[in-house]
Amino acid sequence: MREYLRPYYARLCCIILAAILAVTAETLVPIVTKSVIDRVVVAGIRSELVPLSIAAMVLGVLQAGLNFFRRWAVSGATVGMEKTIRDDLYHHLQRLEPAFHDSWQSGQLLSRATNDLSTIRRFAGFGVVFFITNTWTFALIVVLLIQMNWWLGLLTGGVFLPVTVLCLRFEKRYRLLSRRYQDQQGDLATYIEEAASGIRVLKSLGRRDEASARHLAQARVVYGTQVDKARLRGTFWAALDLVPNAAIGLLLLLGIVAVGRHELSLGGLVAFVTLTLLLVWPIEAMGFILATGQEAATAAQRIYEILDTPPLITDPAARPGASMDRPGLSAGRWLSDHRAELAAGVASPARPMAQGSGRLVFERVVFGYPEAPALVLRGVSLELEPGETVALVGATGSGKTTLLHLVPRLADVTGGRITLDGADIRDLPLPELRSRVGCAFEDPTLFSASLRENVGFGVPDASEAAILAALEAAQAEFVADLPWGLDTRIGEQGMALSGGQRQRVALARAILGRPEVLLLDDPLSALDVHTEAKATAALASVLAASTALVVAHRPSTVLLADRVALLEGGVITAVGTHHELLATQPRYRDLMSADDLGDGPDDGAGNNGRAAPGVTAGASR
Amino acid sequence: MTAPATEAWRGIAAELEDEITGKLGTLLRRRSRALLADLIGPYRRLVVTIFLLIVASQLAALAGPWLIGVGIDKIPALEHSHDAAPMTVVIVAFAVSVLVQAATTRAYIAGIGRLGGRVVLELRRRLFAHFQALPVAFHEQYTSGRVISRQVSDIDSIVDMFDEGLASLVSAVLSLLLIGGGMLLLDWQLALVVLAGVPPLAFLSAWFRRESAVAYRRTRTTIAQVIVQFVETFGGISAVQAFRRERRNEEIFGGLNQDYAKATLWSQRLLAIFFPSVTLVGGLAIGVVLLYGGFRVIDHQMLVGVLVSFLLYLQRFFDPLIDLSQFYSTFQSAGAALEKISGVLDEPPTVAEPEFPAALPAALTDELGRQVRFEAVRFGYRAATVLPDLTLTIPAGQTVALVGTTGAGKTTIARLLARLYDPLAGRVLLDGVDVRQLDDRTLRREVVLITQENFLFTGSIADNIELGKPGASRAEIEAAAAAIGAHAFISALPGGYDAEVGKGGGRLSAGQRQLISFARVFLAAPAVLVLDEATSLLDIPSERLVQNALRTILTGRTALIIAHRLSTVAIADRVLVLEHGRIVEDGSPAELLTTAGEYAALHAGWQESLA
Repeated sequence: MREYLRPYYARLCCIILAAILAVTAETLVPIVTKSVIDRVVVAGIRSELVPLSIAAMVLGVLQAGLNFFRRWAVSGATVGMEKTIRDDLYHHLQRLEPAFHDSWQSGQLLSRATNDLSTIRRFAGFGVVFFITNTWTFALIVVLLIQMNWWLGLLTGGVFLPVTVLCLRFEKRYRLLSRRYQDQQGDLATYIEEAASGIRVLKSLGRRDEASARHLAQARVVYGTQVDKARLRGTFWAALDLVPNAAIGLLLLLGIVAVGRHELSLGGLVAFVTLTLLLVWPIEAMGFILATGQEAATAAQRIYEILDTPPLITDPAARPGASMDRPGLSAGRWLSDHRAELAAGVASPARPMAQGSGRLVFERVVFGYPEAPALVLRGVSLELEPGETVALVGATGSGKTTLLHLVPRLADVTGGRITLDGADIRDLPLPELRSRVGCAFEDPTLFSASLRENVGFGVPDASEAAILAALEAAQAEFVADLPWGLDTRIGEQGMALSGGQRQRVALARAILGRPEVLLLDDPLSALDVHTEAKATAALASVLAASTALVVAHRPSTVLLADRVALLEGGVITAVGTHHELLATQPRYRDLMSADDLGDGPDDGAGNNGRAAPGVTAGASR
Repeated sequence: MTAPATEAWRGIAAELEDEITGKLGTLLRRRSRALLADLIGPYRRLVVTIFLLIVASQLAALAGPWLIGVGIDKIPALEHSHDAAPMTVVIVAFAVSVLVQAATTRAYIAGIGRLGGRVVLELRRRLFAHFQALPVAFHEQYTSGRVISRQVSDIDSIVDMFDEGLASLVSAVLSLLLIGGGMLLLDWQLALVVLAGVPPLAFLSAWFRRESAVAYRRTRTTIAQVIVQFVETFGGISAVQAFRRERRNEEIFGGLNQDYAKATLWSQRLLAIFFPSVTLVGGLAIGVVLLYGGFRVIDHQMLVGVLVSFLLYLQRFFDPLIDLSQFYSTFQSAGAALEKISGVLDEPPTVAEPEFPAALPAALTDELGRQVRFEAVRFGYRAATVLPDLTLTIPAGQTVALVGTTGAGKTTIARLLARLYDPLAGRVLLDGVDVRQLDDRTLRREVVLITQENFLFTGSIADNIELGKPGASRAEIEAAAAAIGAHAFISALPGGYDAEVGKGGGRLSAGQRQLISFARVFLAAPAVLVLDEATSLLDIPSERLVQNALRTILTGRTALIIAHRLSTVAIADRVLVLEHGRIVEDGSPAELLTTAGEYAALHAGWQESLA
């Protein structure tokens, strides 16, 4: 965290100094009051009243002025720090591979970028400052009290020590209760979310009463904790009122004795009471400050957990090995040291862009997820000639999508290699590789931005004509009906598009940069019989221009391909045309032939699957 | 503060009406006030008790400094006469006030917690039940996102108001009034000097409240945009990386983050101006009280104890102004939340329950289903008429497939039958009884609509199937799954029927989800089934399983299927081809194939795609 605070060190010192001076000024006011009572009221020195009153006012002005300075300066520093960390976090997360993101729940990353950062900001702004000033105030007041009357001072200071412990314990219990409350509230929110998303199911089955009863039961649990919390809060505040006031009562009793024995002046007694009241806030706040400190430390840890994760998929120039050779240097540090280079790397590729012809070769590609024992791909070999379209067919979960993700290096092969025009894709600069490869995934991800921005996603400076041409090629004629044309906001926060429309936008996005290689994951899945023909035509026109690997679930898509590859058990078991495979591969027939549908029950699933060996595509390599 | 030109990337969208908060929070509208009164009504006695407790606690707090002052004035008497009695009275009174203050504080905070908890519980209950009662048409227009935020973040604002705001507000106001009154009673001249500090502070608070309300809204909107950008980027990280979007995203995110930082900075700087200003007035007031009070004491116009009481009061007198302003945004957002919630609660369930529900004739047999009849039905959305005049009779037990392009009215027919909408004219009859005459329970038992989504709830597979018939035994659940042909894959899962389906059924494939939702309906055993078939999201082996399941589920009931696949149409008894809300072809699949109509053309295209 220090690196982020460093630019603000000088300012932070001034802030703490100002805060200390401010509380000192506040603490000195009762001393002035004491003098007024002892010297002016009791001793009758009338001439000292005006200067003493002015001193009190000056102290008040000083306190206010210093507090203003502190708050003003703190806000600038902490807000700036929060922004920098959030930018860095975003920057770093964008460079972490999709596998990293898959392993995190989406809300977890968000809460680090929002809640955790705010926690740190609050602690840096208030926690640190008040921790120092409160300690100072406590010490200063106790010293002043002891100076006025040693035994009363020690007694007062002593009374507050158990209060501090009490505050800390209350804070801890309250925090536990708050956490429980949040968890229960989260459960309730989850149910509310599901009931909202599944409203059609609940309504059509007539399960309104059951759903309401379940909701009410959960809401009652939340209510119970809410009331417990309020009760604890009540006890806490009552104790915070009770203890200092009891101390003052005792003080009053003993103080009067002390005044009677002339061990303490009348003004001293008043100062004692006032100073004791001033002790309440620093102590009351200590529990809170320490708890925030603990929270901020946890929050910082959670943020560094991300910043310290090195990106595994990087440019050849910046392989993680290079930075990991130096132990003790965190990726966060590494990142801040190399930010300029990284940025430059994106802008100007390490190697001049060589437009090849788009020959894509998989050589015995092996892939497995680190935590899963079974390999997904166990030696896939496949060659795509420039301009050729190959359809990839396989059962659900056979690894078709995974294979596609390996090409733009959204994941790296575990073994074997993939070459593009003869070069291992891991030796190409990432921006170059990714600009030569275009993809559209099964679930078309649209972002809450204008349609123009969504299509020109990878080509920010694309011309209007290019965008329109891409949309036209993708048969996205519905664009003409959008209220603001290309400027219409789509995605979650904008205009809702149908599944088929979304897929066509994603298709337009994939072809906009005229990539040499196109990877399409079942690009027509969301279409029905009425629109399929049109979309198939769109696809045919798109595929003509590039080398393409297309995941297909339906015969109509397969028919667009020059060849079909059957992926089974992590290897390509057969390559051929649709009709060849239909004739020779029973497993392929099972996956692709819909002849039996609608005529009679059929149990063709799985038992005749394994293809005969010898037809494997990789055999020649 | 308008959107700068660099934000063109975001595109244009229609604003959502209820997101424009405006000045709602400043003044509760009648609707919200009525709702609040209705919610608090049953707890009138608790409210009065809480109020009295707060008053007692504030009076006790007021007594402390006064007793200290009195005690100080009794010291000389004690020294002279050695009569400890008056002093004992003061000290005992002080002890009592301390105890009363602690006890009442504890009681009123707990009381407000209970009141808030009760009110929120009731509000949650009403809101949830009302959303459940509102028609699907409402939900489609309102979107699930807003349904959720009404029940989560808006309710949270109201909880916050009870937890933090309400007690502080009431005690702050009381504290100002009581301490101000107490000082006037003690010494009105000196009190007036102190009270002179109130008008400038009141003015400043008003300014602060206004500015911070604006600042608060700005931080809310800017952080919301930061969150959207963040969530979308990492939700679609594969697309972001595949399309080298990182740099552009950083520009966008940097800009949004900067906006948020600016908004936060300003709201903090407002505090930096306001809080020290209160300190300043308080500090000056102490000096003035010392000066003027000092002279009055020297001149024997006032006792020194009174001066001490004043000084002690001053330590807390101006603080409530800070509390009041600080909790202003809490109140504002609670007010806006209440306004939005009351708006939802005011929404009438347009598909209303009948006052005197009719009974359906007893089913002839369990094996046949019921007759469905559309009688001169007209329906449209706003200006557009979808069904001009539909008359259709489906005999009990028949399976009818609806075919037609998007917008032909297939979905509308399905929804009218399931009574998600009511027709504008004409009637929808079930065994001769208007569906509007049936109560919800009966209707939902007889007619079930399966939509494309196959939404599964978090929980086990068994839980999800059981939804079809609450309280069904495990044997019944397994029998339903077996009948549908889902038993094999369920048993193969780790955990079998107790396997968790994950959020929204995410751990299962689309085909598996569809089979589970079929099993659910099989268990519910409605007389009439309305099925909006999923589009071609399934691969062929899954489709095969689903087709077989469909055959099982259609047996023994009347069914209306919106078909997207011709393989489904093939198992229907009767096909209706729709065009612009009119039936243009009607016959068995085999009959229609022989004519040269729309269906024959579609079928030819389909055959070709399979070739």
